[in-house]
Amino acid sequence: MSVDTKWTYDEDYVKEYSQQRGEPNWLTEERLAAARLADKLELPKPEKTNIKTWNFTEFKHDAGVKETIDDVENLHEDVQKLIDRSTDEQNLIVFRDGHPVYRSVSKRLEEQGVLFMDIETAAKEHGDLLRQYFMGKAVNVDEHKLTALHVALMNGGTFVYVPKNVQVEAPLQVIYWQEDPEAALFNHVVVASEDNSEVTYLENYVSFQEEQKSVANIVAEVYAGSGAKVSYGGVDHLEKGMTTYVNRRGYVEKDGRIDWALGQMNEGNTVSDNTTILAGDGSYADSKSVSIGRGDQSQNFWTHIIHHGKHSDGQILTHGVMKDKASSIFNGVTKIEHGATKSNGEQTERVLMLSEKARGDANPILLIDEDDVTAGHAASVGRIDPLQMFYLMSRGLPRSEAERLVIHGFLAPVVNELPIQSVKDRLREVIERKVY
Amino acid sequence: MAASTIKIENLHVEIEGSEIIKDFNLEINTGEVHAIMGPNGTGKSTLASAIMGHPKYEITQGSVHLDGENVLEMDVDERAKAGMFLAMQYPSEISGVTNADFMRSAINARREEGDEISLMKFIRKMDEKMDTLEMDQSFSQRYLNEGFSGGEKKRNEILQLMMLEPRFAILDEIDSGLDIDALKVVSKGVNDMRNPEFGCLIITHYQRLLNYIKPDKVHVMMQGRIVKSGGAELAERLEAEGYDWIKDELGIENEQVGDQQQEA
Ligand SMILES: Nc1ncnc2c1ncn2[C@@H]1O[C@H](COP(=O)(O)OP(=O)(O)OP(=O)(O)O)[C@@H](O)[C@H]1O
Ligand SMILES: [Mg+2]
Repeated sequence: MSVDTKWTYDEDYVKEYSQQRGEPNWLTEERLAAARLADKLELPKPEKTNIKTWNFTEFKHDAGVKETIDDVENLHEDVQKLIDRSTDEQNLIVFRDGHPVYRSVSKRLEEQGVLFMDIETAAKEHGDLLRQYFMGKAVNVDEHKLTALHVALMNGGTFVYVPKNVQVEAPLQVIYWQEDPEAALFNHVVVASEDNSEVTYLENYVSFQEEQKSVANIVAEVYAGSGAKVSYGGVDHLEKGMTTYVNRRGYVEKDGRIDWALGQMNEGNTVSDNTTILAGDGSYADSKSVSIGRGDQSQNFWTHIIHHGKHSDGQILTHGVMKDKASSIFNGVTKIEHGATKSNGEQTERVLMLSEKARGDANPILLIDEDDVTAGHAASVGRIDPLQMFYLMSRGLPRSEAERLVIHGFLAPVVNELPIQSVKDRLREVIERKVY
Repeated sequence: MAASTIKIENLHVEIEGSEIIKDFNLEINTGEVHAIMGPNGTGKSTLASAIMGHPKYEITQGSVHLDGENVLEMDVDERAKAGMFLAMQYPSEISGVTNADFMRSAINARREEGDEISLMKFIRKMDEKMDTLEMDQSFSQRYLNEGFSGGEKKRNEILQLMMLEPRFAILDEIDSGLDIDALKVVSKGVNDMRNPEFGCLIITHYQRLLNYIKPDKVHVMMQGRIVKSGGAELAERLEAEGYDWIKDELGIENEQVGDQQQEA
């Protein structure tokens, strides 16, 4: 055990933790293998951001089991605001420091045979099914130290399984609420949507008080089977002090599709990887993300679509607003493999600079090993267009209000995609608070 | 409300070091419609933008007063709040901001806090004005000018004019790119605005617009200033004969502005 990383959670700890949770053997074994790897592997090296000094290894691993809550009314007020209470078809899980405290699943969802539960329960009750997807085709445990640590120490998460030909109409909402300012979150999400099924999943990562030093290490795996459609919305708003590694991966089979809408509003340092593998012919991915950098925060966003299937189509849109002394690197990568004929990959990265001292880099990258494809990119880093300001102000809007409109408009591509009004509204409020 | 006057005196405007507007003078009262015609590149849009406070244009001399108030000292939004409006030749596109949200913000910006227009009243007004302009309701939820055709943008400018009800409006080529039916509809919109408390300056290349919106005065602009003024009949003569006779009359060889030509 190297001293400098203060990695205090060793194999014995991991084994005991897994057994305490009553996990099946395969999972305990995967955790132990991961713990051994974590020692050997290095941190990832995100393009143009040095994360060597970031804290990924000092934290309180588990805050302890929380009492469950039987009524939404008894949840934290700010958590309640995220919940859509107008619907009677509510599908909702609320986590508090990684532990599920509230769950409401509509009758219809159960009748359809859909599984929507915390990952701890899933491991116990549907272990074989979970095993088919857990750390599957979308992500490998040995990619780097953080993926290995993630598996070794996973302490929360959600399992969604949608059987063949099932259409889930009401969105599945999950709120990961971090209350204990020292507690770490090693959250794992699996969304498996079988052939010709359809599902919408929306997650919020929130904390409401400044973290002391802690870590969020999040991995999500999304599997869209043939002809399946998954809409995945995410809003991250973890407070300052929390160092976040968030890795959201998708794997799409023939004629399947994943739409990502990510509002990345963390206040602390963040490395984000959103990669979609278009494995099947005619598969489709749409990756939209927006973010705001402020204070002295440093962030690195990596949006990646890999085309294997013929006629596959990948769309990337990244919009970032930068203020104060914040620094963000936006990497968009379209990779078209040999044989993925007639594929199309488009990407747009736009960065709006609100301060001279902020740094924002947009790096569009096209890696194409096939001739018979179409691909394009557009990237820009700049200030608010003075002509737009002139236009809006000429209608009587004061400068601040005109700027507000332009910024909200700039971030709208993700805000508008989110399927639950209350989450949209809260995100707008967060944007408002961060920009002004 | 009493009659108002906008008074432009000895105005000189530069862009990137070259003087585009030279000694421009004009006075418009509420209740009047003035038209400015003139060949391409003679400074018409520059004049309009400079009066509204476009950041690129530098006013080097002269003044613009609205009822004695110095307009040139006001920020762009203050000019709007004072009652001025510019329908632009090339309106900006603002992605992610719906037409309706934008217009409601613009209306509320002119009102006191606590006296905002009610949502019901706003929707009713917007519906009514869109009907007049024969605009499809879907335009209220489209992003501001984004992907609008040329003609749709022009209609949207007039919709804003009708929603905001300014005292003075400058309409810069509101007729260009409009088909004949649209021209009638847009003219009807402007005519609906005509009253003793509204003054208007119409910049156009075509007399046809002035058949629908009868001007009280017509001015011809060359070399960055007004070189001839008259009534509606002046526009008819320009339509029939072009600008050469004016150039001959005044001994102008190059009607455009800029460094390439020096007046003798
Ligand atoms: N941003 C600019 N930079 C350099 N020159 C400019 C700029 N804007 C305008 N000009 C020049 O100023 C002159 C007047 O332009 P303006 O747009 O005012 O003409 P206009 O009379 O409105 O023409 P049109 O009838 O074609 O609309 C032109 O020669 C134009 O090229
Ligand atoms: Mg013009």
